[in-house]
Amino acid sequence: MQTPGDLDFSRRGVLAGGASVAAVTVVPTRASAAPTKAAAAPPPTAKVAFEVNGTSHALELDTRTSLLDVLRERLHLTGTKKGCDHGQCGACTVIVDGRRINSCLTLAVMHDGNKITTIEGLGTPDKMHPMQDAFVEHDGYQCGYCTPGQICSAVAVLEEIKAGIPSHVTADLTKAPKVTASELRERMSGNICRCGAYSNIIDAMTDVAGVKA
Amino acid sequence: MKSFTYERVATPAAATAAFAKTKGARFIAGGTNLLDLMKLEIETPAHLIDVSRLALDKIEPTTDGGLRIGAMVRNTDLAADVRVRRDYGLLSRALVAGASGQLRNKATTAGNLLQRTRCPYFYDTNMPCNKRKPGSGCAAIGGFSRLHAVVGASDACIATHPSDMAVAMRALDAWVETIDGAGKARSVPVADFYRAPGKTPHLDTVLAPGELITAVTLPKPVGGTQIYQKVRDRASYAFALISVAAIVQKDGSGRVALGGVGYKPWRIEAAEAELPRGAKAVTAKLLAGAKPSHENAYKLPLVERTLAGVLAQVRG
Repeated sequence: MQTPGDLDFSRRGVLAGGASVAAVTVVPTRASAAPTKAAAAPPPTAKVAFEVNGTSHALELDTRTSLLDVLRERLHLTGTKKGCDHGQCGACTVIVDGRRINSCLTLAVMHDGNKITTIEGLGTPDKMHPMQDAFVEHDGYQCGYCTPGQICSAVAVLEEIKAGIPSHVTADLTKAPKVTASELRERMSGNICRCGAYSNIIDAMTDVAGVKA
Repeated sequence: MKSFTYERVATPAAATAAFAKTKGARFIAGGTNLLDLMKLEIETPAHLIDVSRLALDKIEPTTDGGLRIGAMVRNTDLAADVRVRRDYGLLSRALVAGASGQLRNKATTAGNLLQRTRCPYFYDTNMPCNKRKPGSGCAAIGGFSRLHAVVGASDACIATHPSDMAVAMRALDAWVETIDGAGKARSVPVADFYRAPGKTPHLDTVLAPGELITAVTLPKPVGGTQIYQKVRDRASYAFALISVAAIVQKDGSGRVALGGVGYKPWRIEAAEAELPRGAKAVTAKLLAGAKPSHENAYKLPLVERTLAGVLAQVRG
């Protein structure tokens, strides 16, 4: 696993370096705007313990830390992506206690005792989850940035249909919803793909569900 | 985001007590709206009281044949509840017409009622907004007002309430149950829950500071054909331009509430007497006194045509 001290010249390293350069112009403004006393006081922290991909973590965090940021910046699980950071794009989708959520719109300290699954926990390059396999098989991506969120969402969507949770396009509320292309499209609307791989994503999901949508 | 202290509480009484004890406190449950606003520093609580694990996550029958929905019941669970799907289809339909699957998994019943407007000027901290910063003015009036209110607005604010769920609850005559800091419980009809903007658009609801929603109750089922028709810029995952919630009985009587037209779900019972005369007659009464801008005047014919479509669907 990569740690902050590693000197490998990864794309992530380059991006992080770029971000720190950009931050230099911001820092003086913030420092001069904030009262000296407040700037000196460390931000409030809180303790939290949860399980990520089967590994337990006990952490003390700045209360402001989103679940997304703790996954990426503290646990270095950078598969989960930060897109809009406002719950609009779905790139940060992870599965918490069996349910998909936007990890950017939830505080890490609110997840004490939860079991969190990220894209790294669904499968590995050697042993991929069937949904990961199907995305490769059906070319369910182009640039790949939204893909971890799409896959986490897709896995949870099939479970939601199995659990009988209705959607906007479910014709009869009193009957169990079926796996159809329109159901999958509607349920995946919280995951945006700028490359437009949508139709291949539906093909991948249909394949995993074992139906002809 | 401004820094804040955090605590988790186990009972509603502990929640309201914690609120009274700490300056600048806010309750947080699903957090999907509050955190979004905190990131933009539109909301800047000094202390967060986590109410998400309160034992208010049950849907239970009431003694008069209705349902009591705990404040912490998630939107997904409410939409999927078999009793809601069977007896209050309108509510289930409204819920699944809103947000995304991810957000509905997090969003609570109480939080959905309390979500803030999606007026773009409320979100843009470079712009004046009386709801965000009282007295600063309203950039929406005379601005990009395509999404804004056509009824019930004031010279200070033309924001709409974004909830789909609340529109169904208004049509179903739901009540909001709360407790205040002294532990006193009260019940407010959804009809009276939202405050008209007037000169104080920063106050969205009639809740007092520190008052906590504990449940929403639905009266016994009213039957009829229940339809929630939402019109939006894209087919999914978008806020309503307008929405029509209708419950129509076999004899042609019924109820109609609108979303996307005002600061609250818009229902005028007197307009419902016009249902046998059709959508035009109902809309005329429902939107009497509307003051649209040239950018959102389209909402008036859109309501009428959407309602006409809904009534045609009822007739089959």
